[in-house]
Amino acid sequence: MEILSVKGVNKRFGGLKALDDVNLSIEQGHVHAIIGPNGAGKSTLLNCFVGRLIPDTGSVTFLGKDLIGAKPHEINQAGVSRVFQTPEIFGDLTLQENVMIPTLAKRDGAFTMNAWARVDGQGEIRDKAMHMLEDVGLVDKKDMTADSLSRGDKRRLELAMCLVQDPKLLLLDEPTAGMSRADTNNTIDLLKRIGERGITKIVIEHDMHVVFSLASKISVLAQGTVIAEGQPEDIKGDPRVQEAYLGGAHV
Amino acid sequence: MMTKNSPRSDLLMLVLFSAAILTMPIWLAPVGAGYPDLLQKFAIFGLFALGFNLLFGLTGYLSFGHAAFLGIGSYAAVWSFKLLGMNPLPALLFSVVFSSLFAVAIGYISLRRSGIYFSILTLAFAQMSYNLAYSVLTPITNGETGLRVLQSDPRLFDSSSEASGPLISNLFGIEMTGYSGFYFCAVLLIVGFYISQRIFRSPFGMMLRAVKSNQNRMSYTGLNTRPYTLTAFVISGMFAGVAGSLLAVTDPLAGAERMQWTASGEVVLMTILGGAGTLLGPILGAGLIKYFENIFSAYNEQTLHAIFSFLPDFMEGPVVSLASLFVGEGWHLTLGLLFMVIVIFLPGGIMEGFNRITKMFRRKSSRVGKGTGHSHFPASANAAE
Repeated sequence: MEILSVKGVNKRFGGLKALDDVNLSIEQGHVHAIIGPNGAGKSTLLNCFVGRLIPDTGSVTFLGKDLIGAKPHEINQAGVSRVFQTPEIFGDLTLQENVMIPTLAKRDGAFTMNAWARVDGQGEIRDKAMHMLEDVGLVDKKDMTADSLSRGDKRRLELAMCLVQDPKLLLLDEPTAGMSRADTNNTIDLLKRIGERGITKIVIEHDMHVVFSLASKISVLAQGTVIAEGQPEDIKGDPRVQEAYLGGAHV
Repeated sequence: MMTKNSPRSDLLMLVLFSAAILTMPIWLAPVGAGYPDLLQKFAIFGLFALGFNLLFGLTGYLSFGHAAFLGIGSYAAVWSFKLLGMNPLPALLFSVVFSSLFAVAIGYISLRRSGIYFSILTLAFAQMSYNLAYSVLTPITNGETGLRVLQSDPRLFDSSSEASGPLISNLFGIEMTGYSGFYFCAVLLIVGFYISQRIFRSPFGMMLRAVKSNQNRMSYTGLNTRPYTLTAFVISGMFAGVAGSLLAVTDPLAGAERMQWTASGEVVLMTILGGAGTLLGPILGAGLIKYFENIFSAYNEQTLHAIFSFLPDFMEGPVVSLASLFVGEGWHLTLGLLFMVIVIFLPGGIMEGFNRITKMFRRKSSRVGKGTGHSHFPASANAAE
């Protein structure tokens, strides 16, 4: 079943054509990787999915709901969570609070005036948050402020914040960028385990090791348009892909 | 050194706080602050700063026009006296209603921007209110003279009472001046503190701190930040309205100068001086500033001569003339110096000073006990206090 459908999306920044008639179809339960050289428009495309950018033309539909023009919080409430290239976390708050906030957002919606109850009285929410922190191996640090974490830990925290909401679609923007090899492998294992929960994922990644160990389908983006699409084995041998990555004859 | 806030420790805090506030006339007497007029100011401005802190301390939105709500609260209270009689309870109700209405309107527009632009917008609204109160709205505000209660006013519920002597607000026969006036304000301060404590510990409070921390993440987490900030703004405006109303209750008079930008600036100073984002800090800051204002501005050269009389004559003269710069009219100079010292050495305000001291002691005792003292993350301890 198709969960996200992208049809004819164009986006211009002044004279630069960042996205040129992009068409994508994301199947439920799959891990769909979007790869491509620098400046291919991968992050721009992702920004169009979460309401950060509005494409000039084209449509993005998520489970039959039009995402164009929807506010970021509405898109999240519909079931789309996103991990950013540079971790976006609540730096001044503790890890426990960082994970409890998305849990509460999932339970209570975009706005609730819950000013009389106590945070420490929300046992169910806290337990859920604690389980999630355990899953990503951060439970020992639950009382630390998020800013004091290492970069790899911040990414894992952000992942936990997305996963605790049980999203239908998870967008990962270079989830392993800047991580050591060991951390990268841990993250791959973690993402594989998430795969077992049946969350559909879109991964943008440079690291081919990550892409080929996770993805069930790959789209290759170059100069704002999809130049190849298919199973990982097919993509590996595709001459157009090699050309896009290695520079080819004309740039 | 994360202090865990259990319902129990919060209750203890509330009880201790109430006890401290209610016994202020006793323990503040030795430092010369044990008289009702000043105590009333402590409670009223404590409440004002407490409300301001709910906005600035939690969400990080620096309103530079909060005095507008103080003024609106005062005018609403005096109108309630004029129309309904001298009972402070309807006056409080009036003030809450009007200040929150204004807060919704001003907040709705100002909160479209953040950072410095938000501050400037709130400042503009406050100055507009001030100028309107001075000029166009004279029929409502009585302009320069200030709004007062007159013997000829309808005062529906107590027009029957004898029409002589100055009009003083009274709560079912208790006159709201002197110590009874102070206790009325003190009770409201304690109620305000309790509300503020509940908000600090609630999921709503956590969301407000999330606004301060990272709004971007908040919206990608499915939370709409606008209603959160607007609610905080309105609650904070209500606190200011109640404080303004209490100013009128203890002295039934409202003037436009209450809305001036200096008054808005003062509450910012109070909050930062005491420690923004902490529960007790703003009240301490308000107390300290009001104390300095009243005590230091009362000093004059004669009192200084009396203080420095132990010095030899040739030194006494220069010392007194130097010190006299910092007292009387020049008390702002002392305040300025104090503010500089605090901001440079204790950016978290007085509360950060307290936290550092307690941490020093705990570290020492744990070193004795366990050999090594581990202290975790001072930043969170600050927010938790």
